[in-house]
Amino acid sequence: MMFEVVNMSFALPEMFLLGMACTILLVVAFFKKTGASLAYGLSQITMVASVVLVYRDMGGLEGLAFSDTYIRDALSNVLKIAIFLINIAVLMYSTSYLKARELFKGEYYVLAVFATLGMSVMVSAHHFLTLYLGLELMSLCLYAMVAMHRDSKVATEAAMKYFILGALASGMLLYGMSIIYGITGSLSISAVAAAIQTGSLDNTVLSFGLVFLVIGVGFKLGAVPFHMWLPDVYQGAPTAMTLFIATTPKLAAFAMMIRLLVEGLGDVQQYWQDMLIMLSVLSVILGNVVAIAQTNMKRMLAYSTISHVGFILLGIISGTEAGYAGSLFYALTYAVMTLAAFGMIILMSRRGFEAEEISDYKGLSQHHPWFALMMLIVMFSMAGIPPLVGFYAKLAVIKSIVDIELISVAILVVVMSVIGAFYYLRVIKVMYFDQADDAYEIDAPTDMRIMVSANAVAILGLGIFPGTLMALCASVFS
Amino acid sequence: MFFDTPLLSLVIWLPILGGIAVLLNGDNGFTRPLSLIVSVVTLFLSAGLYTGFDMTTHDMQFVEHIPWIATFGIHYSLGIDGFSMPLIILTAFSTVIVVVAGWEVIQDRASQYMAAFLIMSGLMTAVFAALDAILFYVFFEAMLIPLFLVIGIWGGQNRVYATIKFFLYTFFGSVFLLIALLYLRHVSGSFAILDFHAVALTLTEQTWLFFAFLIAFAVKVPMWPVHTWLPDAHVEAPTGGSVILAAITLKIGGYGLLRFALPITPDAAMTFDWFVIALSLTAIVYIGFVALVQSDLKKLIAYSSIAHMGFVTLGLFVIFGIFANSATGSGAVLAVEGAMVQMVSHGFIAAAMFLCVGVLYDRMHTREISAYGGVINTMPVFAGFSVFFAMANAGLPGTSGFVGEFMVILAAFQANFWYAFLAATTLILGAAYSLWMVKRVIFGEVSNDNVAELQDVNRREFWMLAVLAIIVLAIGLWPAPLIDVMHASVEHLLTQVLQSKL
Repeated sequence: MMFEVVNMSFALPEMFLLGMACTILLVVAFFKKTGASLAYGLSQITMVASVVLVYRDMGGLEGLAFSDTYIRDALSNVLKIAIFLINIAVLMYSTSYLKARELFKGEYYVLAVFATLGMSVMVSAHHFLTLYLGLELMSLCLYAMVAMHRDSKVATEAAMKYFILGALASGMLLYGMSIIYGITGSLSISAVAAAIQTGSLDNTVLSFGLVFLVIGVGFKLGAVPFHMWLPDVYQGAPTAMTLFIATTPKLAAFAMMIRLLVEGLGDVQQYWQDMLIMLSVLSVILGNVVAIAQTNMKRMLAYSTISHVGFILLGIISGTEAGYAGSLFYALTYAVMTLAAFGMIILMSRRGFEAEEISDYKGLSQHHPWFALMMLIVMFSMAGIPPLVGFYAKLAVIKSIVDIELISVAILVVVMSVIGAFYYLRVIKVMYFDQADDAYEIDAPTDMRIMVSANAVAILGLGIFPGTLMALCASVFS
Repeated sequence: MFFDTPLLSLVIWLPILGGIAVLLNGDNGFTRPLSLIVSVVTLFLSAGLYTGFDMTTHDMQFVEHIPWIATFGIHYSLGIDGFSMPLIILTAFSTVIVVVAGWEVIQDRASQYMAAFLIMSGLMTAVFAALDAILFYVFFEAMLIPLFLVIGIWGGQNRVYATIKFFLYTFFGSVFLLIALLYLRHVSGSFAILDFHAVALTLTEQTWLFFAFLIAFAVKVPMWPVHTWLPDAHVEAPTGGSVILAAITLKIGGYGLLRFALPITPDAAMTFDWFVIALSLTAIVYIGFVALVQSDLKKLIAYSSIAHMGFVTLGLFVIFGIFANSATGSGAVLAVEGAMVQMVSHGFIAAAMFLCVGVLYDRMHTREISAYGGVINTMPVFAGFSVFFAMANAGLPGTSGFVGEFMVILAAFQANFWYAFLAATTLILGAAYSLWMVKRVIFGEVSNDNVAELQDVNRREFWMLAVLAIIVLAIGLWPAPLIDVMHASVEHLLTQVLQSKL
């Protein structure tokens, strides 16, 4: 028997995250007064350093590690860097929110860093157990985060819903994994793929297991009909937590979908393709139609998320490299746009006032033309109007399904996006065309203002020069 | 060195960057002069497109070609031919007029107003110049954003309804265009519009693509029955918005049919030409009657725009009938050139009509025809211009309005007598609604005290209208320069259309 020296540097970012998470936990425990501020500073340093750690070995250090349970490839590198970078902004936005509400506690940052670790593990998983481990680490942190605002009834309700439905989804996923294990005899993703490739497996059992995997992924992404938790959790959770849930975990869920369906069960694509078409089409229809009826901004964004998830699925459905790249591009832009949208909500909110209702944005352009412009960019981008980046995301995924000649699905989703345009336009209408009732102040700190502006300008900049990001996404899958 | 100047890019990006500069500068004394300088310089630059234009070729000129999104093979690809060049100059000219028209009128958020129009000018020029399908689509859609804001912020009472209707209507049309473009890319392996022209397609494919193009561009033109957004948008839009809507955005519909529908799907266009002709004749006759009964000045002009644009689509699609009846095709050249002249001429006349309404509205704050009467007594100079433009709108020989309509009617005779007969009713209907409006608004006794207190046009308004009047007269008396630049392109289009792709 040969013993191999395990190359620990494969998982350096994760180990660093773990170490820092424990350090922050200790800091919070020992420094009662300054703990929260220290934790915030340390978690930001953690994120920046993690980006550096991933970036340092990009391209050079690739392959499987730890008995093939862990993979480091272009996809994991790109997604990890995106997750860490977006979390920098997320932490900045949420700090501004938490400080104004006496929720500024160190535990939030501990949970955030642990959740980031979970996502990072998920993204690099090459084994069902690694994947599940990462998923649960992330989810448990998120449940606790939503519940952190103890005295708020809606937040507690949201946390309960999130927890119960999340646990159910995890159960489904595990069940699916165990069935796949049952017939392939392996939990490693490449071994599963190899077993399926032999073609000697019982297809009925395989597709039975597959259904549960798809349900699990659908739950985590929030695709219809597994979306029920999403609007309630988005609306009920404190905005800072919603912001966290809505952005990077979706990227991790995207990675989970790629690892399971494309890398693991890519050979039975014809089975999951039809299921995903249903999920995707239903998500786009329900998300866009129901969003019209919403008056609450967070709830509207929740339904808008559901429709974006439908679009992300489109690229996967195509089963082509260009399609996966398009989905990755969509997922990344979705995260950036959602970040900006919730960032604006936090920016507009202040002590004792949540800018949650759409009507709270009345006449914003008269008092704060700059931030109204930023919100305008975000909304038009989400609606998929060029020259904003949201358009190219839609272009990439729709192109991939036109290329496999699923024209009817393409027509359906673009017509739905016209319906979707209405509720984004309504926000712009409220900001630009309505008269403000009274002049309200924005008392967000300067770093927050700069970050939100940079965030929105990035949406415009990526829209005018989408080539680099697009090429990066394409290189991941080629 | 001079010939290497990317003139098209300058004409596109100067107003966009100028618009951003105006926006950042904010509302102060520089807002208006800065906007005027940017728009006038753009107009001068666009004149360079005319002087440097080679009329003997149908090939794209002033070509620029840079990779933009390499992953998808999308290029920043620009170039103009005889169809796009006049429309680009029209765009640059209209922007100057809009800036001048909004000089004193717009007091609320003036910098945003000027910036919106400057940016829109660049975007519209880019639509006409784009040779890459996705580049075209990006600008085609992006254009909606400033216009949406202009109507919504500076519009009238019912502006929110009008602007959302406008946005959703046109957005709905254009998403089908996106699918069509992506499908063509799938078939041809390129996003270049000129490659689309060459790709072979079956009749089924062509039919689907043709109707996708038709939905997208018919909404823009707008053709009956998808025209209903236009009267609402026109009525609620501020004067500048109405001018740009009528002068340029409607032309993008006609241009799109020329650039996409006819050359890419010629066989489907031939199969369904009766359908487009029927819609066009409905627009000309039925909408002519609708215009007659309007009590709102802007609505009347909006409906008359729809009727006039009916000539454009009629001219473009009557060519198949002409070829069926005669082998020479000289009538077809006449039809397409007539359609183009009609587009340009309508750009000037409709703009002038909306400016006239704007002049009245600024003084009386009403667009109701019944609120006026006897304006000639207090505003004689203005009355002179109004009557002239109304005559041009009715197609009086000697004005540009006559040239395009006459060419199209003449060509239509070669296809089918009844097409020409129905189209010619516009000479009666157009005269009826234009002149009846003039009679009620301009002539007669002074109807009320408000009219009695009217001041005649000031110097700014005078020159604005005078320049337009000179152009309308010039094209009417000597349209040759306009027709010459498009001649080679028209002939090329007809050879493309005649070549079956089956």
